[in-house]
Amino acid sequence: MIELRGVTKSFGTNHVLRGVDLVIPRGSSMVIIGGSGTGKSVTLKCVLGLVRPDSGTITLNGQDVTKGDRDAFLAQFGMLFQGGALFDSMRVWENVAFRLQRGALKKPKAEAREIAIEKLRRVGLGPQVADLFPAELSGGMQKRVSLARAIAADPQIIFFDEPTTGLDPIMSGVINDLIREIVTEMGATAMTITHDMSSVRAIADNVAMLHGGKVRWTGPVGDMDATTDPYVQQFIHGRAEGPIESLR
Amino acid sequence: MSLLSPLAALGRMALGLLASLGRIAIFAGQVVSHLFRPPWYPREFLHALIQIGWFSLPVVGLTALFTGGALALQIYAGGARFSAEAVVPAIVAIGMTRELGPVLGGLMVAARVASSIAAEIGTMKVTEQIDALVTLSTNPLKYLAVPRVLAATLAVPVLVAVGDSIGIMGGWAVGVHRLDFNSAAYLKNTINFLESWDVVSGLIKGAAFGFLVALMGCYHGMNSGRGAQGVGAATKAAVVSASVLIFAANYLLTELFFS
Ligand SMILES: Nc1ncnc2c1ncn2[C@@H]1O[C@H](COP(=O)(O)OP(=O)(O)OP(=O)(O)O)[C@@H](O)[C@H]1O
Ligand SMILES: [Mg+2]
Repeated sequence: MIELRGVTKSFGTNHVLRGVDLVIPRGSSMVIIGGSGTGKSVTLKCVLGLVRPDSGTITLNGQDVTKGDRDAFLAQFGMLFQGGALFDSMRVWENVAFRLQRGALKKPKAEAREIAIEKLRRVGLGPQVADLFPAELSGGMQKRVSLARAIAADPQIIFFDEPTTGLDPIMSGVINDLIREIVTEMGATAMTITHDMSSVRAIADNVAMLHGGKVRWTGPVGDMDATTDPYVQQFIHGRAEGPIESLR
Repeated sequence: MSLLSPLAALGRMALGLLASLGRIAIFAGQVVSHLFRPPWYPREFLHALIQIGWFSLPVVGLTALFTGGALALQIYAGGARFSAEAVVPAIVAIGMTRELGPVLGGLMVAARVASSIAAEIGTMKVTEQIDALVTLSTNPLKYLAVPRVLAATLAVPVLVAVGDSIGIMGGWAVGVHRLDFNSAAYLKNTINFLESWDVVSGLIKGAAFGFLVALMGCYHGMNSGRGAQGVGAATKAAVVSASVLIFAANYLLTELFFS
């Protein structure tokens, strides 16, 4: 279980998070929605310790994430970055197998490559891309390679920052199914950021909407349509008119 | 207020400089301490060794060749004022090995290597590749900085040794073909006057400069600002600070070795 309590973060005068409270039960899929620039990516980075919150606590299974063995903590995680963040000096398969070629999870090269190709297949990429460099791929292909890298070591907790942005509708469906499968079949805990409402419905157990630096609404995905919260309603129906200003 | 503001600005600058020196010292301490703790990344080290050592050979060699030649001409002209043209071989050899080999070699490596390290690591920073390393259980300092700093510290002395030899050869070539020295006498003179400490002190300088160059590249790269502009500024800062630190370290080491 991941628990955020009163997490705040400012960049200079830009107060991005103003007290985020959020609970993600173990083995469940939480989807975070919210306008662009509301601090969704920053929230994920806070949990991973890539951004240090100004105040508040973040715990994983009751243990404060800033204390304790950081290597053991990170070993449970996989993260898909919004921009992909592929290592451009390495081939696609080496990117995917990065974790399998170093450190505690080190495997023989042939085996690491085999796992990488299998993970690539799961995100809809054939073995012919394995030896290309990231720069030789389209944006959507890079995103999927990055996704393959995030799941390569079968982590227990996976963060996906906009996994389907830039993908065609069919590929989006494939990726949604994959994320759902990882949660239901492998029992992983997932936290996904997305703007795509069909993704939300396909992936989520629970939904949280971030607005104004706080969690505006959270609940099971089934309750999302029935809520009377005008912010949520405006967001899920994509209306220009409503309490959320379009100039942000 | 307005009268004091230049002073305030000066004070702010001095404080800023001290603060960044402190940060650099902490960074250097971390790099050195990680050098002795696993995991190590031999593949990254070898890659850095080739990038820094092997590919810097042409530029360091050419710099040394022309410098040795020019040095011979200058010493000859200067020595002629008190009929001491015969010192050319000795002074070229001592000047190259003690001073010009390491300093010019270090500067050329700063131009080539500090910039490319800073640009590479800075780009990794702004495209979140460094964050990605962390999430893949890899310490960026260990994975990116340690191999490069170690490679530069080991490679630059070798580059300096090669540069010394080529520089002395440049002096010899000019001495024999332009200044009518006897080839055998020139070489004999060089060998007789040159002491091993002349060479070794230069190599130690080279190691120090290599360390500084890679350290500056890594430090500024990892602290790069956002966007292309941030990477550009980091690259510039890396080259400028590496060059200035090379001159400062050169003075300190010379003071330490020879006074
Ligand atoms: N490293 C940083 N330095 C300064 N400001 C930052 C940094 N990272 C994020 N921000 C700011 O924090 C705010 C939230 O950024 P974040 O990336 O979390 O948005 P987001 O909700 O993920 O938006 P999007 O849906 O567009 O990805 C933005 O205003 C951004 O400018
Ligand atoms: Mg984002």
